[in-house]
Amino acid sequence: MAKAKGAIVVDTKACKGCGVCVTACPTKVIELAAEVNGKGYHYAYMANPDSCIGCANCGIVCPDTCITVYRAKADATA
Amino acid sequence: MSEINSIISPENIVYQKTPLLTDATMHYCPGCSHGTVHKLLAEVLEDLGLQETAIGVAPVGCSVLLYNYIDIDWQEAAHGRAPAVATGIKRLLPDKVVFSYQGDGDLAAIGTAETIHACNRGENIVIIFINNGIYGMTGGQMAPTTLPGMKAATCPQGRDVSHDGMPIKISDLLAQLPGTCYVTRQAVHTPANVRKTKKALRKAFENQMANKGTSLIEVVATCNSGWKMSPVQSNQWMEENMFPMYPLGDLKDE
Repeated sequence: MAKAKGAIVVDTKACKGCGVCVTACPTKVIELAAEVNGKGYHYAYMANPDSCIGCANCGIVCPDTCITVYRAKADATA
Repeated sequence: MSEINSIISPENIVYQKTPLLTDATMHYCPGCSHGTVHKLLAEVLEDLGLQETAIGVAPVGCSVLLYNYIDIDWQEAAHGRAPAVATGIKRLLPDKVVFSYQGDGDLAAIGTAETIHACNRGENIVIIFINNGIYGMTGGQMAPTTLPGMKAATCPQGRDVSHDGMPIKISDLLAQLPGTCYVTRQAVHTPANVRKTKKALRKAFENQMANKGTSLIEVVATCNSGWKMSPVQSNQWMEENMFPMYPLGDLKDE
């Protein structure tokens, strides 16, 4: 069975770069960017987009709720 | 990349910000547990359809501006007096769902009397208690919940129990009172713990709607600025040091 395919969109303006999502991600998709956002924080981004399974763990632990999680329906990826 | 663009479409959303959270950017430090608990609170209120009936009582402390972040009715209370204010609101408006949201300096120090008596009377309210073992807002002073040996602004050598006493386990104390129906201790540092805390919050609000008495949800939290650690380090420190003193789980469930 193919793995579920997911993706995240980070609100980079709201992200404070705390890194809690980086440790919560089971497939090591997220890293903190080398660049900074308008507030000077190294925002989170999808460094390994192919590994994302859309489990939503990152969105659930994000204290600033700046991650939206998407997961393709099973029949769409089959 | 095109594959990812095809996944990012509204019908594939599995997690997004609840509309009950306002667009205001929270003023908390990066990684603060308050943000996660606010989000859970908003999600639970939305799931239970309580946007029009819920009245929150905001505390004094870091979460003093809570009324800016969740789009329901709010009342600000004097320091520590949130359970007393919530008692008044609930008695006057029994059809409303009333809760207080308090930190450890607010609930376990300045407001100890109000908390204990509201719980002892079995007021039909929900109390959400954020325990990070420090006064975060005022600069990291020692709180009654500060761990033995833990450094804070007013105990730079670490808490000396011969001088300052042992930390108060307020939830264990309140679980002894006949007025409380549900007392639990949770955390929000991992996805699994966040899900458990959400379940606990939901249960507490359902208890209130069933007129069962006071529900208290303690959330063992981090204060990475006050503890002078990174958010990820402070989560680890909390697991190693806070959890032995404040073990997670239900203390009372009737």
